[in-house]
Order: sequence, then C-alpha cells, then structure tokens
Amino acid sequence: MSDPILKATGLTKRYGKVTALDHCDFELFPGEILAVIGDNGAGKSTLIKALSGAVQPDGGTIYLDGNAVAFGSPNDARGVGIETVYQTLAMSPALSITDNMFMGREIRKSGVMGQVFRQLDKAAMEDFARKKLADLGLMTIQNINQPVETLSGGQRQGVAVARAAAFGSKVIILDEPTAALGVKESRRVLELIQDVRSRGIPIILISHNMPHVFEVADRIHVHRLGKRLCVVNPKDCTMSDAVALMTGAMEPPEAVAA
Amino acid sequence: MSDADGYEDVVKTRREESFAAFAEEKGLLHRVHHALHTTPALVPLIVLVSAVAVFGLLLGSKFFSPFALTLILQQVQIVGVLAAAQSLIILTAGIDLSVGAIAVLTSVVMGQFAFRYGIPAPMAVAAGLAIGTAIGAANGWLVSRMKLPPFIVTLGMWQIVLAANYLYSANETLRSQDIEAQAPFLQFLGNKFQVAGATFTLGVVLMVALVLILAYMLRATAWGRHVYAVGDDPEAAQLAGVDRHKTLMSVYMLVGFICGLAGWVMIGRFGSVSPSATTGVIGNIQSITAVVIGGISLFGGRGSIMGAFFGALIVGVFELGLRMAGADPQWTFLLIGTLIIAAVAVDQWIRKVTA
Repeated sequence: MSDPILKATGLTKRYGKVTALDHCDFELFPGEILAVIGDNGAGKSTLIKALSGAVQPDGGTIYLDGNAVAFGSPNDARGVGIETVYQTLAMSPALSITDNMFMGREIRKSGVMGQVFRQLDKAAMEDFARKKLADLGLMTIQNINQPVETLSGGQRQGVAVARAAAFGSKVIILDEPTAALGVKESRRVLELIQDVRSRGIPIILISHNMPHVFEVADRIHVHRLGKRLCVVNPKDCTMSDAVALMTGAMEPPEAVAA
Repeated sequence: MSDADGYEDVVKTRREESFAAFAEEKGLLHRVHHALHTTPALVPLIVLVSAVAVFGLLLGSKFFSPFALTLILQQVQIVGVLAAAQSLIILTAGIDLSVGAIAVLTSVVMGQFAFRYGIPAPMAVAAGLAIGTAIGAANGWLVSRMKLPPFIVTLGMWQIVLAANYLYSANETLRSQDIEAQAPFLQFLGNKFQVAGATFTLGVVLMVALVLILAYMLRATAWGRHVYAVGDDPEAAQLAGVDRHKTLMSVYMLVGFICGLAGWVMIGRFGSVSPSATTGVIGNIQSITAVVIGGISLFGGRGSIMGAFFGALIVGVFELGLRMAGADPQWTFLLIGTLIIAAVAVDQWIRKVTA
C-alpha cells in the first residue's frame, strides 16, 4: 500500500480530568473509505474534530501527504483540502442551495464591480453548484436558488456532500451521514459516498450503522477508550465481531491489530 | 461479509429515481406562499400601495399630491434611517433598544462639539459618527464576545446612553437660529429642493440612498450572505466557515454609525439640537415597529431591508392620512398595532414551509 494521505500519531486531547484522546494513531490511505466506529464516549468525535480543525489537540501530530500540519480552525483544514460534512450539516435553512454551497468562500466578480463594490458573481456560483450537483446525480434539483429548508433530509445531505466533494481536494469526512435519514434516502447517500470515492477522494466515514459501514468501507478503524484499538478488514470480520471489539467484549486479533 | 442480512436489498434494486426531484405544486395559495417566501418585502409593499390608494380615494388630491406624498418621506426620515439600522440587527436574530438613544446622543455631540469646543462643524459631525460607531462596537462586543443577550445589552445601553446624553449636555438645547448662524453644516441634511411640486430634503435623499446601499450589500456581497447565515443559524454558519464574531461586530458597528447618521438627520429635520428629543425614548420602538411591519422575522435570517423601509412608510402614510381625514390620532396607533400582529402572523405562515 502507498503512503497514507492523512496520518496522525500520538494525538492527545484532555477536557479537564477526562481524556478524550489518549495517544491515538490514525491512518487514511489514498482512494479508500475508512469507517471509524466506536461506542459512545470512545472519543471518535474528538478524533474527527481534531482532524477537521474544530478542536486543537493537546499533543500529537497530524500529517497530510507526509507533511506535519496544525489546524487552528475548521477553515485551516478546509484550506488544505479537508472537507467535513457535519451531522448537523452546517447549512442555513433560509438561504439557497448556491448560497450554502459557497458560504464562507464566495466568488466575487472580476473587475471594478468585484474589487470595489465587492459584488458576488452569482451566475458563476450557480453554474458551479448546478454542475457539482449534476456530477453526483442530483440534477433533478430544478431550482438552485431554492432555500435549503424546502429540501428533504436526503436532499440536504446530498447538497452537503456535494459541497464537500466540490471543495474537498484531499479528504472528505462524513459524520453520521445516514443517521437522520430514511431507508431509501440512506441508500442514495451511500451511493453518493461511493460515487465520490470512485473519483479518487478518500473518505472518513463515522457511523453507528454496521450494515452501512460493512457495505461501503474498505477498512474499519475501531476506536475504544480514546485510541485506535485495531483496524479490521470488513471482508475478514463479521458485524458482531466489530461490535464485540468496540465494546471490549473481544480482544483484537493479533494479525490485524494496529 | 457485507450487508449481512440484506434487509435493504429491496430498495437497492429499486433505485428511487425521484429522490431529488422537486415537485412543483401548482395551487394558487402555494404560489403566493412561494412568492412571499422568496420576496418577503412583497407584503409590506402591497399594504403600502393599498394604503396610499385608499387614502388617495378618500381624501383626493389633498393627500394624493406630490407635496403630501413627499411630506410623508420627510416625516419618516429619522425613523426610516433608524429602521435601516434596526433591520441589520434583527437579521442577525438580535434586537437593538439603544438606536434612538444613540441617535440623540450623537446629535448632541455634534452640536456641543461645534459650540462648546468650537470645532469646525464637519469635524463635529465626524466625531458624532465616530462616537455612534464606538457605542455600536461596545454593543457588538458584549453580544458577540461576552455572549450576553442583545435585548439585555441594548436595554442597558439605552439607559446608559440616554443618561450620558443628559449629563453631557446639561440638558441644554442648542437653538435653531444659533446653529444656522454659526454652524450651518450641522443642518446640512435639512436643505430642501423642489422637483415638480415635490419637496425633498437631503435627509430624505440620505435615507433612500442608505436603504438602497444596504439592500445591495445584503443581497450581492459575501458580507450580506454572512449576516443572513449568522442570523439563521450561528453554529451552522461558523462550521461553514463564516467568522461569526467579525460579522456581528461589523453589523453592530455599522448600526452605531447609521444611528450617528440618524442623529445628523435629526438636526436637519428639527433645526435645533435637543437632548430631550422624543427619538431617544421611542426611536427604538418606532424602528422595531417599522421592521416588523416590513416583514423581517424577529427570529433572524429572514426578510429584506426594503421591507423595513416600506414598513416605515406605511406608518407615515397612516399618520398623515388619518390626520388629514380628521380622525383621532389614537386610530393611527390602533391600526399600527393591528398591522404589527398581522405582520408577525404572516411571518409565521411564511416560515411554515411545508404548508
């Protein structure tokens, strides 16, 4: 296997007396879907927040393409091509699909209108948004200026994934993308995830849904007590094994232990 | 070992083609709902046009004349400017009770700086605007950094500013003729010009220009989109990459500056500078009234500044129309009160997107 695109060693994060991350290691390889599973309180949210810049670890180092990086904010991580789809989706319901896709990185017009009057280039942004949605097979969206609140849960998730896929050049992190969705909508989002992977962007998928994890993941990072317990291959392992590992009912097998 | 029991196979094979299709409902009510949802200033515009039409029919050319209609503009210029400021705050899901007090204090600062310290009038005006901006910055810092509720911050600031205004001015009124003789620039915005029987003051021009500029900034710049996003859902905006603190600070400072402009407009309108001008006490409620009638949601993130402008004009039309019709002025308040409740009811209906 090639070198990891995103790697972390010895990540540590404490909240008062609680150690959320305890010298945790992490590796994501190019072109793969890595699922991160773990029981509630295992520290997987903190791990993801550290990787996406939302929290700053107390210790340890994150490497992107082999170079050490430090993120002071989600914008820093975004700046180097790591996009996160939060469980809450981080969208403004009253604003349009286009506005939401470009929130925080709007395109201004060139020339005087853009430089002096700071006018946004709405046409360019709408074209881009339409193209990105079409790339992911969401082209049945008729009106790109429709407020996000008029979309269904699955459509919103689709727009959020499209936003991440549009700007995430290195890594896309998806936090519980199917948790709030119905069966059909979950199915569509899983297809979206595979579409994104097929275009070469590696994905970190946090999920509690074992069938979904086992269906799409190439490797499964089992998180327990603030660190990586092991990485398992979904082909060599059953769902009940995975659940047993993450709850501590089973010791990690030596062969696949990290 | 993927998809162990295959319980989702049924949806896998029958892929949902209409997943992201957007059914267009054709009902009339639905269309109205959609139009209001995308253009929230439509309701106040309709109310404004109807009010002008009704008073025009009832009162004839006495009301429906260039003179009377532009008189309305002159009468609402202070509230109009304050409503523009209030709109910005309410779009961020805040409320500002100190706008009127800041306006009065800045007018007093402009007057006293020119008269007490002999500072040239344009410098005195600039000082007033700077102090307005500084008070806005204090409000913004308390709201954004200290995370205090805007209602409480501005309730306190209202009292502080109003008291500071009386203490600083020693409750002294600067007379119109003195200002005209010694520092006419303070009354600059009171200058009038005629166009075909219509009378405009520079204050009216400033109000209209301000509303148009803010409407442009809110609609067509990234800053405007961020103001809406922060008002809609601050957490989401932050995660999406909007600097919430910077956006709120810019809004509160701009609002302080606009309140300073309102103070300058006040000198133009009244001629004199009075620390006990009623704007200090009721300017906040008047501006909130205009904003609410204008269809801006008090929950933030929805509405347009044009709506607030129309809201201010509606109040002006009712006041002048009812006075010309010889009605008891209390009818104005009664009707305005009804309009406020109706406007909020419409806002709730618009927000119910699944209707």
